[in-house]
Amino acid sequence: MSNLQNTTHIEVKNLSFSRSDRAIFRDLSLRVERGKVTAIMGPSGTGKTTLLKLIGGQLQPESGEILVDELNVHQLNRKWLFHLRARMGMLFQSGALFTDMSVFDNVAFPLRVHTDLDAALIRDLVLMKLNAVGLRGAEKLMPSELSGGMARRAALARAIALDPDILMYDEPFAGQDPIAMGVLINLISRLNRALGHTSIIVSHDIDETLSIADYVYLLADGRVLAEGTPQELIQMEDPQVRQFLDGEPDGPVPFHYPAPDYRQQLLGGDR
Amino acid sequence: MIERLQRIGRNTLDRLAATGRAGQMLVQSLIAPPEPTTMLPLLVKQLHFVGVLSLVIILVSGLFIGMVLGLQGYTILVDYGSEQAVGQMVALSLVRELAPVVTALLFAGRAGSAVTAEIGLMKATEQLASYEMIGVDPLRRIIAPRLWAGFISLPILTMIFSVVGIWGGSLVAVDWLGIYSGSFWANMQASVDFSTDVLNGIIKSLVFGFVVIWIAVFQGYDAVPTSEGISKATTRTVVYSSLAVLGLDFILTAMMFGEI
Repeated sequence: MSNLQNTTHIEVKNLSFSRSDRAIFRDLSLRVERGKVTAIMGPSGTGKTTLLKLIGGQLQPESGEILVDELNVHQLNRKWLFHLRARMGMLFQSGALFTDMSVFDNVAFPLRVHTDLDAALIRDLVLMKLNAVGLRGAEKLMPSELSGGMARRAALARAIALDPDILMYDEPFAGQDPIAMGVLINLISRLNRALGHTSIIVSHDIDETLSIADYVYLLADGRVLAEGTPQELIQMEDPQVRQFLDGEPDGPVPFHYPAPDYRQQLLGGDR
Repeated sequence: MIERLQRIGRNTLDRLAATGRAGQMLVQSLIAPPEPTTMLPLLVKQLHFVGVLSLVIILVSGLFIGMVLGLQGYTILVDYGSEQAVGQMVALSLVRELAPVVTALLFAGRAGSAVTAEIGLMKATEQLASYEMIGVDPLRRIIAPRLWAGFISLPILTMIFSVVGIWGGSLVAVDWLGIYSGSFWANMQASVDFSTDVLNGIIKSLVFGFVVIWIAVFQGYDAVPTSEGISKATTRTVVYSSLAVLGLDFILTAMMFGEI
């Protein structure tokens, strides 16, 4: 029961991770509060998706640890890791619906695998989850017949099928039209309030994310650049934070990829 | 010079690491307590996809190869007045060599490449990651049924290939070129031995089935999840498994028939 009183749900401690010699995280530490919407933002390539995969135990860190409910994710054996994952839902950027199953079977899949409920009860549960995302009428469609926004909503229904404690969203707003975006924003915050789970949103869509987040971490260069509530973040003066929030093309984060001197290169100095 | 050595070293290390990963994948997907209720439907589906859908190409190729063998055998043997032996020639070349090898090559092209592309795309669209996050091991759910399906179907397809090929040979030799059917079949029965010829052919097809489907599944599972990566993986499946089949065929033949 002590876990439930503890307000920290996920804790990342001194995490380091690199991919083919490039350091993605260096000594990263952050906390995710129970029942809150925590946003992890940053420019592309800062390893936001990688962080979700580390939390889900799909990748191994080089050093540091990730505690979920005070359990070290990377010290669990395969069986317990799969147990833990059954309590996590993840909405992938592409939706990642199983293309060989209908929408109904996709949402029913986690229930069939992890519970012994009978078919009638599973049917009711699936219809309730689909109704929550507005796709009860699309139960018979195959994933290839859905639009991008619908696919993501169907995937969201699958992610909440087992009523997880933690729901992780990987770029939920990327590539969505304004209506689908509005629907998703609404759904994410409504589901969070209704189901009381801990939400982690990884995104670089500033306005949408700040509108629903309780707390925001801004990552850059493998570490936390800034953190705070959305209001605190908006008022920050740090030039790198400002550049990201205001979307300026050049600033502390340079517009140019590191390159030799322009003039010299054009004049053939490096030939 | 040093650079070239470095490249050779790096390539060798990469190959070794890939072989290790392939072995790890094989062990983790196959060695686990059996769960017949969930595994059986998945296996049946894959048997259909990998085996049944390969039937047409196997039937047609088997028929034509048998017919060509009958024709070629006849034109050579008739010079020596021993055209009655054409049945024996067709059956032995099919059962010992052509059926296992050609079926495995066709299987690599038809089913192996499809399996690689399917698994690679599942990886690229995060479906494999999705299974993991739902708490289902993709090695057991996706990889294992495909491995078993390939391993089971190739020997059966090989036997079908042989049977259809022999029938094709008899069509040409007996029905078209007019060899007496009694001597065609009697010669065949007298010379084809079950344990040395038929059984060795089946053993070959078991080995080929294992190797081809292992390569196909691993290339998909290990593919770089981009369109270029998947196209390369699919090509590698066909090239590697064809080379492996031809190389292994020589080794197996030398072991089985080398003493004669």
